[in-house]
Amino acid sequence: MGKPMQEVTGLFTIATVLRKLLNQYLPNPQWVDMVITLVNIGAIFTLISLSAVVLVYVERKVSAYMQMRVGPNRVGPWGTLQTVADMIKLMSKEDIMPDGADKWLWILAPVLLFIPAAAVYAIFPFDHQAIFADLNIGIFYFIAVSSQATLPFLMAGWASNSKYALVGGMRTVAQMLSYEIPLVFSILGVIMLTGSLRMSDIVAAQQQVWFVAVQPLAFVIFVIAATAESNRAPFDLVESESELVAGPFTEYSGMRWALFFLAEYANLFAASAIGVTLFLGGWQGPWLPGWLWFMLKTALMIFIFMWLRWTFPRPRVDQLMAFGWKVLLPLALVNVLITGIGMQTVKYFR
Amino acid sequence: MLHDYGHVGLLLVIALVFPFIAIGASYVIHPRRPSAEKSLPYECGVDTVGSTWVQFRASYFLYALIFVVFDIETIFLYLWAVEYQQMGLFAFIEMFVFLAILVAGLIYAWKKGALEWK
Repeated sequence: MGKPMQEVTGLFTIATVLRKLLNQYLPNPQWVDMVITLVNIGAIFTLISLSAVVLVYVERKVSAYMQMRVGPNRVGPWGTLQTVADMIKLMSKEDIMPDGADKWLWILAPVLLFIPAAAVYAIFPFDHQAIFADLNIGIFYFIAVSSQATLPFLMAGWASNSKYALVGGMRTVAQMLSYEIPLVFSILGVIMLTGSLRMSDIVAAQQQVWFVAVQPLAFVIFVIAATAESNRAPFDLVESESELVAGPFTEYSGMRWALFFLAEYANLFAASAIGVTLFLGGWQGPWLPGWLWFMLKTALMIFIFMWLRWTFPRPRVDQLMAFGWKVLLPLALVNVLITGIGMQTVKYFR
Repeated sequence: MLHDYGHVGLLLVIALVFPFIAIGASYVIHPRRPSAEKSLPYECGVDTVGSTWVQFRASYFLYALIFVVFDIETIFLYLWAVEYQQMGLFAFIEMFVFLAILVAGLIYAWKKGALEWK
């Protein structure tokens, strides 16, 4: 009963129908491939833009209800058009470059931050066979590309010619470098169990048991490190409002600032989607179509990230560094050790 | 396989163009009223004193150094993790060797005080 329904509404089926339709109008298969690729890219960018708009609204509502407030409720029904209004406002804001800024670095920083944020969407398995590029180095590609985000933060902080921005930029580098190590080690356990870096293999390996059940410690480390990597509270020392105004973004206004924001929410979605793929079984689930499962699980992960943000106070810089290197990293190493011994033990008794 | 990387390349190119389109669209409609006060670096209304681009404390540099060491170890570990199931006992012993090297590095950095925020 369940299977056929899932397959009919699957993204792969939709793509196949579209392919057949295009075959009638386009001269050769290469053209069809090209159009399908462009449609996929269009879908990715729509997802990024739309998820930013929706997530900003959701974040404001979630934070409001956690603090016994109502949140945005004036623009549109239940305030749903608030972010749309904000987007239009940001578009029409004046673009101010600070005096003495390093012009090219300053202009390039938001652009270069957006590229890795968008590029990681290439390897998300949204549904059965619905993955933009099923690279054989899948998860490694994610780590490599997402770590590029460190540089634009430093560029923005350095180029702005503002002391707040510079301190924020330096902190970003220290924080993102330190938390990348536990993040990478927490993923290692999953790869040991799967024996492949390919994203579709990682999802397929979780057909019986989700990896969160076998790798609970890795999941916790992943969530904490991913929060720090995406510079979200409680690890928002980069832009800690009460001390650094807005960190590296202090001197940016209008659309350039909006790009930073867009990248931040794209990263939040990306971190959640990777968490779902690695630990929560990806798109797999009963009855409902795969992409819907993927979205539901991602929404759950995003809610966890928001929950963390509005629950925990921000640590000091020294506490942050000590926690990353002296707690998370040893725990991640222990997790790899336990996984290795556990796998050998299971093999021995089989 | 190369085909897939071609797709990723195309995605990267469009990801580069997209922000410029957004900034360009904003460029057409946003107002321009420059003033000397407005373009000063923001410092809560107080005039900024001295140069911004100063020398920075060494603790940032130490973290970067330790990061490089661990990151390179990680690249080795990824290759090892992929082959872990096939290689059996050899990979099992290898794991202790790898982790021992990592832990030794971590203890060294810890004892030297490189992990302290001074």
